[in-house]
Amino acid sequence: MLAMNYRGPYRVRAEQKSAPYIEHPGDAIVRVNRACICGSDLHLYHGLVPDTRVGTTFGHEFTGVVEEVGPSVQNLKVGDQVLVPFNVFCGSCYFCQRELYSNCHNVNPEASAVGGIYGYSHTTGGYDGGQAEYVRVPMADVGPTVIPPDLDLDDAVLLTDAYPTGYQAAEMGDIREGETVVVFGAGPVGIFAAKSAWLLGAGRVIVVDQVDYRLEFVKKFAQCEVVNFKDVGDMALHIKKMTDYMGADVCIDAVGCEAAGNFAQSLTGVKLKLQAGAATVLHWCINSVRKGGKVSIVGVYGPTFNVIPIGNALNKGLTLRMNQASVKRHLPRLIEHIQAGHIKPSEVITHRIPLEEVADAYHIFSSKLDSCIKTVLVPPSAARSV
Amino acid sequence: MDTSTTTTPDSMEAAGTAAAANAANSGNAAPARQVPARYAHIPGWGADLDHANRPAYPMERMPARLEGDHSHPPVPQAQTVEILQSIERPSMTPLFGTPQPPSGASGMLRRVAFRYSESDLRHWLLLLLADRVNMFEGLGCDLARGHVPNLFAEMGGKAEFKHNREAAIRKAVLVSTVVALALVLRKSSGDRRRLQHRSRRLSRYD
Repeated sequence: MLAMNYRGPYRVRAEQKSAPYIEHPGDAIVRVNRACICGSDLHLYHGLVPDTRVGTTFGHEFTGVVEEVGPSVQNLKVGDQVLVPFNVFCGSCYFCQRELYSNCHNVNPEASAVGGIYGYSHTTGGYDGGQAEYVRVPMADVGPTVIPPDLDLDDAVLLTDAYPTGYQAAEMGDIREGETVVVFGAGPVGIFAAKSAWLLGAGRVIVVDQVDYRLEFVKKFAQCEVVNFKDVGDMALHIKKMTDYMGADVCIDAVGCEAAGNFAQSLTGVKLKLQAGAATVLHWCINSVRKGGKVSIVGVYGPTFNVIPIGNALNKGLTLRMNQASVKRHLPRLIEHIQAGHIKPSEVITHRIPLEEVADAYHIFSSKLDSCIKTVLVPPSAARSV
Repeated sequence: MDTSTTTTPDSMEAAGTAAAANAANSGNAAPARQVPARYAHIPGWGADLDHANRPAYPMERMPARLEGDHSHPPVPQAQTVEILQSIERPSMTPLFGTPQPPSGASGMLRRVAFRYSESDLRHWLLLLLADRVNMFEGLGCDLARGHVPNLFAEMGGKAEFKHNREAAIRKAVLVSTVVALALVLRKSSGDRRRLQHRSRRLSRYD
């Protein structure tokens, strides 16, 4: 089968590799028909995630058709059209029983701090991802969700990660009616976080980024205010001025470890790798939020350490909440929001690229060329059936 | 401050939707509420305002809303390849990925890395080092099977040339200049060495 193949930092290609097979009675094999490139895939692409092995197929946002099921699978059948949450999870461990599916303890022998994720290095379990024609889906009775017939495939594929992660970012901000929410990052997750903040009753939503075309998009898509941090001298001071010198009620980090905006952070975190990425946005969040405010983190950071002003967080009495999204628990509500017309996630898709051109797709997304916001890869078999 | 309120079809629908979801999840329908006029232009504003009606409330929600019986852990997956295991785990997990088992020099480094816990910096630094070694192993594997990797294509050169032509040309000129300079320097240092060698040989006959 054709699959994306990682060859080293900034180098990927589409290549034939062995098709996956049933390795566990609870597995399913899914024929992929949509696979997105996620912003967090870029951390792998840039070589920042430890234990990213050459030959790995990335891709944790995908939909497809069930091709084969293991003997113990009961909730899925061959031919079902499914969306597959990016979390691999068992459904039975201590954490899954509490709906903390992203923290599942039974699917990742290589680390105890993080659960399982498709195509996201051996640090998250060593599973191949969905940027391929076929993918192995473990625990098929609990992970995949059958796509309702009235749901567009392009909307469905964004329900596998980007939209639920954005929603959970807003939800972890514990937004109360009328509160001011600042979202750092106008990538797909930041865009969905801004939109979701309104659903949770925010009174004011401000999105910060440095890419003008993305700010223009989010302004229209999420009806929010925007700030280009390149036009601002001191980010925290600017947010204070915008909020009567109180600070925002909620700040959301939807950027993670490759943030721009602070030379020292970028040098030590991204170039020299002396910390687990640039913690610029964490710094801004802590210093821009009001005393007693809430900081929600969904941007991805590495496993070592980061330089952040934790003393300010203590002195201000902040609540810091963070996690990988537990997609499955959010899906029923988010599907309802789409069906009710509150949001059309597929509007963020700007590029639809054949899987064969995966190297160009990564480069376009990584370098933000051609006003790219979200890229969908289409495998050749799916392209033929469209 | 604008305190007037209006009920839009969207908000009604949102309230209805939220109520239905709430009923499904906890059996307590959320009452329909009015949307302040200043938010009337925002589809779905406040649909999930009620904290108790939010999908991830409470944070640790029991029992989990999953279809079927999941009271037992999955049966263990058969281990067919080498899987490295964190020393912070007492045993192998029932499920794991099998692609790209450790191999070669990078595999040896990874095995050493897994002697340290996840809170030990050496674990992660050794894994990053193994990744870089693995990159060269990948190049070697390609060449060994007669495949010369097209670095230009693998790094998205075609897209760069199409969408960022000026920068692509700048990079190409820069790389060509550096390569040309390196060749010139190499040639001139070679000439110098040959001259020195010849003069030493001649001086022996003086």
